[in-house]
Order: sequence, then structure tokens, then C-alpha cells
Amino acid sequence: MSTETSNPLVVPAPDGADLAVRVRGLHRAYGETRAVDGVDLDVVRGEVLALLGPNGAGKTTTTEILEGYRHRDSGEVSVLDHDPAHATGAWRSRIGIVLQSANDLGDLTVEESVAHFAGYYPSPRDVGDVIESVGLAAKRATKGADLSGGQRRRLDLALGIIGRPELLFLDEPTTGFDPEARREFWELIGSLKDEGTTILLTTHYLEEAEVLADRVAVIARGRVIACDVPSRLGGRDESLATVIWRDGEHVHRTRTHEPTREVAALSARLGGEIPGLAIHRPSLEDIYISLIDDDTEDAS
Amino acid sequence: MTAIVTAPAVKAPGAISLGRRRVSIELKQFFRDRQSAVFNFLLPVLLMVIFGSVFGSQKLEPTDITFAQYFVAGMIASGVLYTSFQNLAIAIPLERDDGTLKRIQGTPMPKLAYFVGKIGLVFVAYVAQVTLLIIVGKLFYKLILPSGAQWFTFLWASVLGLIACTLAGIAFSVVPKNGKGAPAIVSPIVLVLQFTSGVFFPYNQLPEWMQKFSALFPLKWLTQAMRSVFLPPEAAAFEVAGSFELAKCAAVLFAWTIGGLILSLLFFRWNKRGQD
Repeated sequence: MSTETSNPLVVPAPDGADLAVRVRGLHRAYGETRAVDGVDLDVVRGEVLALLGPNGAGKTTTTEILEGYRHRDSGEVSVLDHDPAHATGAWRSRIGIVLQSANDLGDLTVEESVAHFAGYYPSPRDVGDVIESVGLAAKRATKGADLSGGQRRRLDLALGIIGRPELLFLDEPTTGFDPEARREFWELIGSLKDEGTTILLTTHYLEEAEVLADRVAVIARGRVIACDVPSRLGGRDESLATVIWRDGEHVHRTRTHEPTREVAALSARLGGEIPGLAIHRPSLEDIYISLIDDDTEDAS
Repeated sequence: MTAIVTAPAVKAPGAISLGRRRVSIELKQFFRDRQSAVFNFLLPVLLMVIFGSVFGSQKLEPTDITFAQYFVAGMIASGVLYTSFQNLAIAIPLERDDGTLKRIQGTPMPKLAYFVGKIGLVFVAYVAQVTLLIIVGKLFYKLILPSGAQWFTFLWASVLGLIACTLAGIAFSVVPKNGKGAPAIVSPIVLVLQFTSGVFFPYNQLPEWMQKFSALFPLKWLTQAMRSVFLPPEAAAFEVAGSFELAKCAAVLFAWTIGGLILSLLFFRWNKRGQD
């Protein structure tokens, strides 16, 4: 594995895992700015990996290097056993890309766009099925320019999956979605995963990462600072729970490793019901924010 | 290698069939886009109607050639420049901005197919525009159509001009910083070339420095070749050289083809600046 595994928060993929993406010591600078400064990352075949991180942390540069859009200064990169710096048509037909902001295809209908892009691939999915599955069946004859923001993202997704990719890159796919649309989207991603598609997802929505991701990697200042399954990221499973209850006007908060014992003791003492009882465990968002805060402190 | 295991069972679509698909998608988008309709069809016809109505019936003394006849040659030569150079030098930066180029770059489509699509678009748009101009000229300004060998000149001048100006447009597409600003850079260039190349005024009446300037660019030579197509042979006396210099026209257009090809290969970019 990596030469430096000094960071205990970065839990590597299991030894011998079949990797769709393998990155070691990736560097890329823009002038003086080191946008990517030693990224190590594995994506196991068949998993959904969520890449989290503040804007400017190096997420987009990293993914666009993996997608073959940008060149790298140094480091090893293998995507489906291929160096994306030397992209071939055969390799491209095995990956799907949903970009962050596209505003093209305004003059074509949904169906025309999807059918056109299907023609680029050796064994595309069925055009009608794909339009249906992204929830644009009612809009198949609508021009791209007349779609709402969320519908446009669905079109982007349709074009990303039409080629039946083994590996799908999703860059902030649900930005601009209402909660219901987001849930439908999550279901679709779930079904792609069930079909065996490997997915590398970048997102700002921690809830999305929690629902979709098998593993989460947090990137800050150009490096991966934590990587694990969502329930264990950053020692989340070992962090203290907070038991909250009310005593008249006074709110008590007790931080403990043993919330059940605490509640049982309280219940015995108060003779049954505990007023205003709540047990709070850190959400993925809490963990994420403390990881980023710690990293920012390290930097200064 | 694991290529045997992972090779797709179905053969990937070839560059030629994808080139054809690109042509058809380019045409759909072009003819549905309001901006391209205005720049490529409405504007040339409008210019012809305005100039034709004001000066059209004036004669190029001492001949019987009407100015409308002279002007059609210039507008058709301009049509080459509109549909190829102006069209691509504006459309490609827009496509670089709106994500078109990025999206297709992320697919297995061979990059050549994109350019095949553009070339197909340019040729179809040109044929449509010329047809429109000739119909308007015929209906309203008594346009006399070329005959015999003039058609041959029309054909090679159009094809060579379109290729030269298409490549120039592809190369020039790296100049505008973004798509929004492209028309402001490209349209004035086209306009200046039109004024100095003898499209709107008789070329032999232009100041010598202006003639020398425009002789560096393809439009002057295209316009001259189109005059040989649409004007009778005696009009050669009006040319600065006393003849239409067709061999020289072909040579200059060919030189621009080679130059445009080299510049395109060297400088064309798929990504926005700083994003590669």
C-alpha cells in the first residue's frame, strides 16, 4: 500500500481487493498553488466511494485527472487498469462521466441527445429505458434549453450511463434537486450499484454520502485526510454519545461511552420516564466538520 | 493484458459512421439556433436587399453590368466566410464554454468525427445560403446566372474557399477568451475584410494600401474568383491586374488551407484555458 500510512484516519482498501481506481502520490500544481498534493486513493470494484471536501480542496482536479481531462505532474494513476493520461476509445467506452456544470444540447430534445450519445458506444443501454429510469419519460420531446435545473442534471446522468459504464464518475450530481428528486436519484444510483457499476461520487451533501457510499474519503488541501466506511469515519463509532434530558428549566448534557447504562441509571433515579430525553451521536456532518477544522488548524 | 476478457463483444462504431452522425446532429442544432440563423441567413440576405435596393440598378460604366450583379459575387464570397470562418470561430468557443467539447471528449467518439461534423455543417449551410442569395437575386435584381466554365470556377472556388476558411475558423477558435466574447472579436474581422476586399464597393476604387492589406487574406481572392463567375469576361478590364488571376486565387486559398491546417493542429484546444 502507500509508503506513508502514518495517518490512522485513512483506512486503506482491503489487501487484494479488486481495484477499479488506484492512485498513489498524485500531485498537480497550478503555478504556485499545489491543488493536489499527494493524493492516495483506492476505489474497489463494485463500490460507491464518496469524495468529500471543501471547495478548492482538490476534488475536481483529482477526479478530472482520473477522467482523463487534466494532466498530472507526478504520481501513479490507474483507472480500470489504464492510465487516463493516455485515454483510448476502448477505455472511454467503459467509463461514464457526469460533469458538474454543462449547458450544452439546448437545441436538441432529450430523446435526440440520448439517442445520439448512445451511438458512440459499442453496447449502449436502451435509449427509452435510460430516459425512463432517470425520470424524464414525460420530457423526452422537450428541448434541453427548456428543462429545469434538476431535469438537466437527469439528462446529464442519462448521458453518463447510456454507454453501460463499468465505472461512473458523478460530480455533485444532485445540486439543485428538491428532496424528493434527490431520493429518486439515490434509488437510481442504488440500482446501478446493484448491477455492479463502480461509482466515484463527489458531493457536498453529507446525507447523500451516508446513504449512497460504501466508503467515504475526505480531501483537504490536496490530500486525503480521512477514508473509511461512513459509520467509522474519523473515529465516529468510538466518539462519545451525548445524553440530554431536562430537569425543570435546566437541560443536562452528559457525554458518555455508555449511553444505555446512563439512561438506565437516570430512569431508576427519576422513577421511570426521563423528561426531554434525547441521545445524540455525531452525524457524518459533525465528523466531517471536525476533520476539516482540525486540518485547517494544522495548516495555520 | 486482460484485453481479451474485457474487450466489448460488439465492435465500436467507426469514425466514418460517427462523422455522419455528427453532421446530422450539427445540422439539427445549427438550424434550430436563432443566432446562427440570423448571422448566416438573415444578415446576408438583408445586406443584399439593402445594397441591392440602393445601388442595385446602377451600372458599372461603361458596361451594362449592374451593381447588383457585382454585389452578388461579393456576397457569395462572403457567404463562404460566414458559414465557415465566422460560424466556427464563434460556435467553437461557445461549445468550449457550455460543456459540449468537454462532454464529447469524455466519450469514446474519435475526435476526428467532431471535425467531420463541422465540415459537413459548413458545406450544407453554405449551399443553403448560396441558394437563398441566388433566389433573392434572381427574383428581385435580375441576377444573370453563370454559364459553362464559370460553374466550374464557382465549384472549385467554393470548395477551396470553404476548406481554407473552415481551417482558419478552427484555428481562430482559440483566440476568444470565452464564447460570450467571440462574436465581438470575430464579426469585426469579417466586416473589415468585407469592406477592404471589394464586397461592398468596387475593388479597383479602393485605396492602394487597402488593396495590399486585403490581398493577404482569402476573402479578396474569393471575391475576385466569384466575380469571374458572375460577371461577363469583359469585366476583367476592371480588375487591378486586368484579369481575374484565377491561378493566383487558387494558390492563395491553397496556402491558407495549409496554414490553417498547421495552426489548427498546433493550437486547437478542447479545454478551457487553465483546465487541462
